[in-house]
Amino acid sequence: MKETEDKEILLQVKNLHARVEDKEILKGIDLTVRRGEVHAIMGPNGSGKSTLSAVLAGDPRFTVTEGSAALHGANLLELSPEDRSHEGLFLSFQYPVEIPGVSMVNFMRAAVNAKRKYFGQEPMSAGDFLKLMRTKREVVELDNKLASRSVNEGFSGGEKKRNEIFQMAVLEPCLSILDETDSGLDIDALRIVASGVNKLKTPENATIVITHYQRLLDYIKPDVVHILYKGRIVYTGGPELALELEEKGYDWIKEQVDAKEL
Amino acid sequence: MTDIEDKDIENTPEKVPAAGPDAGTQPKTAAADDSEEVIREVTASDYKYGFVSDVETEVIPTGLSEDVVRLISKKKGEPEWMLDFRLKAYRYWTTLTPPQWAHLEIPEIDFQAISYYAAPVKKEGPKSLDEVDPQILDTFNRLGIPLEEQKALSGMAVDAVMDSVSVKTTHRRALAEKGIIFCPISEAIREYPELVKKYLGSVVSYRDNFYAALNSAVFSDGSFVYIPKGVRCPMELSTYFRINASGTGQFERTLIVADDESYVSYLEGCTAPTRDENQLHAAIVEIVVEEKAEVKYSTVQNWYAGDAQGRGGVYNFVTKRGLCRGNYSKLSWTQVETGSAITWKYPSCILKGDGSVGEFYSVAVTRNRQQADTGTKMIHLGRDTRSTIVSKGISAGHSQNSYRGLVRVAPDADGARNYTQCDSLLLGSDCGAHTFPYIDVMNDTAVVEHEATTSKISEDQLFYCNQRGIPTEEAVGLIVNGYAKEVMNKLPMEFAVEAQKLLSITLEGSIG
Repeated sequence: MKETEDKEILLQVKNLHARVEDKEILKGIDLTVRRGEVHAIMGPNGSGKSTLSAVLAGDPRFTVTEGSAALHGANLLELSPEDRSHEGLFLSFQYPVEIPGVSMVNFMRAAVNAKRKYFGQEPMSAGDFLKLMRTKREVVELDNKLASRSVNEGFSGGEKKRNEIFQMAVLEPCLSILDETDSGLDIDALRIVASGVNKLKTPENATIVITHYQRLLDYIKPDVVHILYKGRIVYTGGPELALELEEKGYDWIKEQVDAKEL
Repeated sequence: MTDIEDKDIENTPEKVPAAGPDAGTQPKTAAADDSEEVIREVTASDYKYGFVSDVETEVIPTGLSEDVVRLISKKKGEPEWMLDFRLKAYRYWTTLTPPQWAHLEIPEIDFQAISYYAAPVKKEGPKSLDEVDPQILDTFNRLGIPLEEQKALSGMAVDAVMDSVSVKTTHRRALAEKGIIFCPISEAIREYPELVKKYLGSVVSYRDNFYAALNSAVFSDGSFVYIPKGVRCPMELSTYFRINASGTGQFERTLIVADDESYVSYLEGCTAPTRDENQLHAAIVEIVVEEKAEVKYSTVQNWYAGDAQGRGGVYNFVTKRGLCRGNYSKLSWTQVETGSAITWKYPSCILKGDGSVGEFYSVAVTRNRQQADTGTKMIHLGRDTRSTIVSKGISAGHSQNSYRGLVRVAPDADGARNYTQCDSLLLGSDCGAHTFPYIDVMNDTAVVEHEATTSKISEDQLFYCNQRGIPTEEAVGLIVNGYAKEVMNKLPMEFAVEAQKLLSITLEGSIG
């Protein structure tokens, strides 16, 4: 693990427990992300990776039962999902939702102006907004037509993921969580998406990449790799950990953890 | 959209129609903070048109009889033939009972407890004909309809009707230069008796139904439009209906005639004060479209809908029908229905001319205790006639929202073609959406299609919007407007923006 202690802590998660209905899924997550860092969270299916991202974003289906989460000092758990967004948290969805009849332009304008309102600013003029859309489209090589189509409606898997990164580019979050952004992508789309994420990287923001495979990490280089299993982060290491997992699979981790439990 | 469900199937000669299920559920979502100017407007008052104007009004005693019919006719200074028309309708009406077939729970209406004529009193003193009581001007200003000629909306001529009379029609001179007649129907009866006699009741007979008979007996005012041959009306024509007096009903009558190769776009808007009593509105709209002529008729119906407990609101029982009489004529209905406690209305097209085209685009929103049973009839009589029906129902609260439509293809209507799309969107778990499509095809060259979907705003969609910073109320507005876009796009520009706001406003607070 790289020594980056001098950098400011952006996200601090402590002993986070969360459940859906009666089932506890997160069983005490501890996670510290500093500005400028890229973290990868890996782990076998059903370990709680997507739940962690949903809980941080404030998905109402999950109930937090214990613990804390702070984004640049703000208590995330007290904020509504939209205020978390305004405070700079962005979630790239594993399955982006279709909203028929709502054009990307209208959707993004609502998002941008909601954020401006939160910070006491006037709505953006139509001209400035269209300029912004144009600039940000280039980040993920999204063409003009795609932006005028309804939100995710009839988009291919690759287009949906590029569209997520496009939204991330427009909203300029300080913390982006990419939930299985590589799933359903062919190699070209993967490269475009990854290059978009890399272009958006600054010393001030941070990214959490949730993924199953090493593949995406060939393009987005993590500083820290965590392994999530049974609702806990059971292992934290440097980029080499991802390679080790690729080679050996998750079984050795599972065995270690399960042995401890006995 | 999510949850496209299979529907029950009826046997018909052609394609199968689908009937909607009764209700869907909408899981709870945290109500979000207020946002957007639109929503702020609402938090102040739920229905911003609910004010009452202090206008001196002459209201005749309640009750309906031959004497009342004669009195109305006399007040209007009508010729004998008009009185005869009314009396025939009245006598026929007394033999009828209100229709019960709609999916509506209509409390019994005491027709003797209603006053059938209410008119703002003209102030005394020498005044020019154009002068209107400042109170009335103020009323329409508050409704966003300036009536003073110099302030009048450009590109739109307005006939303003308050209670039983037309108070002002703008831009008349400019229209007259093109030979277009746009005036209150009471005036048309006096000034253009031949035209009125020829067309009045030719599409909707007084024998058509209970409310049509009632309207034919007591109708007070409304608009008359005549577009001469080959004239393209240079501006939108609009009638704005306002109920103001209490204890009264409004029974307006509109007649639009588009002669050969003419074109007109006509808009109708309506509002009423917030009251605990129910008020009856029973209108007739008749449209005649001659050869190669085109009429676009758009409605934004926003009568007072009653409160959350279902107290008060307008009963909106309306017969609207157009006859595409000439070959290659076209009639297009677009309606955005958000108001009224009860809506019973089926704007229809009789496609008589060969190659004539009928269209019906509808968004109907019900919430709280509102009930709507609305749809259309497309009657294909001529060859190669085409019709399109796009109906978008949105139900919230404890409301009931039904689409009822008939597509009939007559034996001689070779090559007739219909496409129907009927969608329901449910907000909440206590509302109902129903679909009653009737298809009656007697010609085997006809092609009739029916598609239906039922969906709800999913928690996933709302969370997606929230994650991007869009609060729930605003997200609902966006999603609903997106759902209704196909219909909203058919509205003239002047109306589209208002209607979009209205949709967002109407559904404010529906989620939660």
